[in-house]
Amino acid sequence: MATLIIAEHDNQSLKGATLNAVTAATQIGGDVHILVAGAGCQGVADAAASVAGISKVLLADNAAYEHQLAENVSLLVAELGTDYSHVIAPATTAGKNLMPRVAALLDVAQLSDVIRVDSEDTFARPIYAGNAIATVKSLDAIKVITIRGTGFDAAAAEGGSAVIEAVTAVHDAGISTFVGEEMAKSDRPELTAASVIVSGGRGMGNGENFALLESLADKLGAAVGASRAAVDAGFVPNDMQVGQTGKIVAPDLYIAVGISGAIQHLAGMKDSKVIVAINKDEEAPIFSVADYGLVADLFDAVPELDGKL
Amino acid sequence: MKVLVTVKRVIDYNVKVRVKSDNSDVDLNNVKMAMNPFCEIAVEEAVRLKEAGVASEVVVVSLGPQAAQEQLRTALALGADRGILVQSDENLESLTVAKLLAKVIGEEQPGLVIMGKQAIDTDNNQTGQMLAALTGMPQGTFASEVKVSGDKVQVTREVDGGLQTVELTMPAIVTTDLRLNEPRYASLPNIMKAKRKPLETKTPEDLGVAVKAHTQLLKVEPPAQRQAGIKVTSVEELVDKLKNEAKVI
Repeated sequence: MATLIIAEHDNQSLKGATLNAVTAATQIGGDVHILVAGAGCQGVADAAASVAGISKVLLADNAAYEHQLAENVSLLVAELGTDYSHVIAPATTAGKNLMPRVAALLDVAQLSDVIRVDSEDTFARPIYAGNAIATVKSLDAIKVITIRGTGFDAAAAEGGSAVIEAVTAVHDAGISTFVGEEMAKSDRPELTAASVIVSGGRGMGNGENFALLESLADKLGAAVGASRAAVDAGFVPNDMQVGQTGKIVAPDLYIAVGISGAIQHLAGMKDSKVIVAINKDEEAPIFSVADYGLVADLFDAVPELDGKL
Repeated sequence: MKVLVTVKRVIDYNVKVRVKSDNSDVDLNNVKMAMNPFCEIAVEEAVRLKEAGVASEVVVVSLGPQAAQEQLRTALALGADRGILVQSDENLESLTVAKLLAKVIGEEQPGLVIMGKQAIDTDNNQTGQMLAALTGMPQGTFASEVKVSGDKVQVTREVDGGLQTVELTMPAIVTTDLRLNEPRYASLPNIMKAKRKPLETKTPEDLGVAVKAHTQLLKVEPPAQRQAGIKVTSVEELVDKLKNEAKVI
């Protein structure tokens, strides 16, 4: 029994979400190998080799894998995957894009967004926007799984000394090409990895008012998130969205400002350790999950809070 | 070009689900059902492609119980031309749905397949990608913009950290994200007209696909409940609680 983890990276650095998947893999048991598929990604393989718990790094360094297009990488993973009992990846947009394609090529099911490992074939995952937790047993020989990062601690990035083995197989399906990308720039911590998050909703009124939250976030070393309402209203870009259809987060402290707390938003943040809600509507559903609720106008409360920190 | 759209019948997104007391599943008795919100976006995109003269016909497919006809009729009222129901009362897992859809695609030969990125009941986010693998088609998942030109489609995708644009050779599969469009409402005359549009029913046997279980649902439980919180009366009290009680700042 051995597990193959698909590393999440940008050809420069190994993404933190991979480390949570490593922890899940070690809970499954057996050898843990990691595949780094990309172009010019030797540095990522070196970083992966020093992650605690990894015994082997497979490095597929080829132009065909540069942008990790699912059409190409899935063929590689499906070929390598037949030697493993488990093939897992973090449940990021990259993992969600790739893994079901791999599963279908292997003619097996995929278990999405796993939050708990019960045994080598039994796992727990949230369904219905996190309103129910399903315990599911896989009946397939190869278990293809995506891991929800907030369900597992990150493995230590140092301390391992895995061997790096080159994979020469080149798969280029030739049916898709990368055209370009537009990445949002931010100096603040990444949303899914931040220990404190300050989030704004429709109550913020407009995009400029998010400056109030940014100032507060900088004092707390926090990331800034948003509800779907704030994203749809065009206040902030969509990669800031927390919820069932956005990012799933579980920081130590989540401060929800001007967010009513729809089911879909709660699905993305209700595993946070401490939740604070600032809302002027005392009936808002967010207060039913908040540890500390403050019924107040956010335009008074947020600057005051900022001043007192 | 023919566009194929899939729709799933799911619990209405506003309903708070309850877990059955025997923990066998969630309770769907007497619960309001509706079209999966991401599927509505898929239907809208297909209809817009038709209105723009890019698509010649929009075929809508649903898989599930007889009652899923309601969701097909809704899609027809929104502008789809005809419907196909693959009827089965069994639990259809994503891989089985993908296999059935691959057969439908084999019969229909669409240039573009548009699907929702995930269904809000199982939250799997798998079927589009699996279907792409089985048909050998490229995939444009989590689409926020779709542009067809010639035999290529450019898809702007919502990825962690921003947006990514890929170009796919058609036939291709696109899965919709929330910001792709704002779905329209069906008008009463269109709902009436939709009743006369063709709706064909098939079974998995007709399509030659065996419904096989790849997973076994052992139990369904409610998530851990949060302890009731308190309401503070001032920012000062809030800061004090966070510092001295919760110790998070």
